[in-house]
Amino acid sequence: MKASHERRLGLLFISPFLIGFTLFTIYPVVASLYYSFCDYDVLSAPQFVGLENFREMLVDDRFAKGLWNTLVFTVFAVPVTMLTALVLAFLLNMKLRGQALYRTIFFLPSIVPIIASSVLWLWLLNSDYGLINACLRPIMVFLNSALGLHLEPPGWLTHPDYAKPALIMMAAWGVGGNMILYLAALGDVPQQLYEAAELDGAGAWARARHVTLPMISPVLFFTLVMGLIGSFQYFSQPLVMWPGGAPGDSALFYALYLFQNAFLYLRMGYASAQAWLLFIVIVATTILVFRSTRRFVYYAGEGV
Amino acid sequence: MTVTPRWRKLLGHAVLVALSFMFALPFAWLVTTSLQPDAERSRLVPAFVPGPQSFGDAVERATGKHLVYQPTLQQYEKGLTRVPVLMFVRNTLLVCVLTVIGTIVSSALVAYGFSILRWRGRDTIFFIMLATMMLPGQVTMIPVFTIWRDLGAVDTFAPLIVPAYLGNAFFIFLFRQFFLTIPKELIEAARMDGAGEFHIWARIVMPLSLPAIATVGLFSFLGAWNDFLNPLIYLADQTKYTLSLGLAMFRTQYGSEYGQMMAVATLMVVPIIILFFFAQKTFIQGIKTSGLKG
Repeated sequence: MKASHERRLGLLFISPFLIGFTLFTIYPVVASLYYSFCDYDVLSAPQFVGLENFREMLVDDRFAKGLWNTLVFTVFAVPVTMLTALVLAFLLNMKLRGQALYRTIFFLPSIVPIIASSVLWLWLLNSDYGLINACLRPIMVFLNSALGLHLEPPGWLTHPDYAKPALIMMAAWGVGGNMILYLAALGDVPQQLYEAAELDGAGAWARARHVTLPMISPVLFFTLVMGLIGSFQYFSQPLVMWPGGAPGDSALFYALYLFQNAFLYLRMGYASAQAWLLFIVIVATTILVFRSTRRFVYYAGEGV
Repeated sequence: MTVTPRWRKLLGHAVLVALSFMFALPFAWLVTTSLQPDAERSRLVPAFVPGPQSFGDAVERATGKHLVYQPTLQQYEKGLTRVPVLMFVRNTLLVCVLTVIGTIVSSALVAYGFSILRWRGRDTIFFIMLATMMLPGQVTMIPVFTIWRDLGAVDTFAPLIVPAYLGNAFFIFLFRQFFLTIPKELIEAARMDGAGEFHIWARIVMPLSLPAIATVGLFSFLGAWNDFLNPLIYLADQTKYTLSLGLAMFRTQYGSEYGQMMAVATLMVVPIIILFFFAQKTFIQGIKTSGLKG
């Protein structure tokens, strides 16, 4: 076959992708970059305004609030979810009897549709009738009488301080996917390494620290990056749980405010500018994480 | 092989059982709320265990506590008449089935072009495709919306379905990795016999790729079933709502009707759980492969 013929055939096979890529990636990327320098309400043509949208972000209180909430959420949710998944994976990796059942129970929450889990947690977190406070109430009654405290179960959904902790708890419930990845990685650690370490007199902690963690570090790194990216784009859960906004905008996240600007206030130019900033932040974070963790991530079979 | 000491096994079991309770309890709470009569939830401490009246009375006499309630389908009846849930289910299934078919066919065709066929520039384009997976959806969201609006397709299913027919980068990647494991001799032999590439794709490569097809089918189904953002942006008329949008609307309009809301949520969750039990291996394998791309 001639090279040009082969090439035409190849392009024919990938043509669905080429059409989709042009229409739904290349054009939108260029267009949204242009919109980010425009005033655009979708109904009339975009008006070029230069850097006005970016300047507005600097003085917009709700934008600052969304950014802050997203940072706080990320700083807590990413480590909490990774740690939860890691603990579950370690426990399952002990290969105790009933492992398959435990694994199923831990995994199932992660495939529950986000909308369904948001609605469910709304009910779990209900301050008067919810399951969580029903569990906390007797504990607090006990602590109050034993220690003379005045604890009360919190208003998870009604008090601005508790919205984010509630969402983090919810995120920890859905770590099944990461758990499976960690479990697979733990299973791939060569048994000889443990035996060698044990011969050298390494205890359980030393083996975990010097054998297990380095061997699963590529997966940890991967889930860290994906977790950060996902957390920056977090938006569905708060939107469903607080359709009118959480008290004091305590659950107004970056992507949620972006969405409101685009489809609620029809400020598509401003929203595009926010989307581009988000993109830049994601790329920068990924590069930063790559650089700063290079020392800690061990790829078997690399160099040596 | 080191032997785990007995006390550590016991401790492991204890922790696992405790954690299992914490992870499973929300499901129990979901189902139990959906089966409780309204009167039950207005109690300060509602009963948790479903059972017949006589059993509940016996327990109450023995313990002095109200622990058992009589299950009813009342919440389902009310929830299903309040919003047209069955219509939402039908819409969701329509979108799901068409999405799954489109994703499998288009992604597998494109993957064939990226793996079995050899041509100049192939790997460059493939690399560009992988690189764009980093692009957050928010960047393309608005111009894509204006495209559909200009085509007059807002408030139709087209924006939810048509993109599936143009290949999905992640599923293309998944198919490609699988196709690369197919022995070259098979394909060469078919070519010697004069078979065309499309024929080889349809008759040789695809029948050998059932595990990959299952994974892509499962995860594209799940994606469409769970999708909330696209229905939210594109669907306006209630008769076109999908389940996720219907449930979100239920929350906005009847947010205090928890029993009914849990009934609708149960209807959305149960099919996924049933699916999991039928396709457990594919689920787990799919998660692992998705992690491998890093």
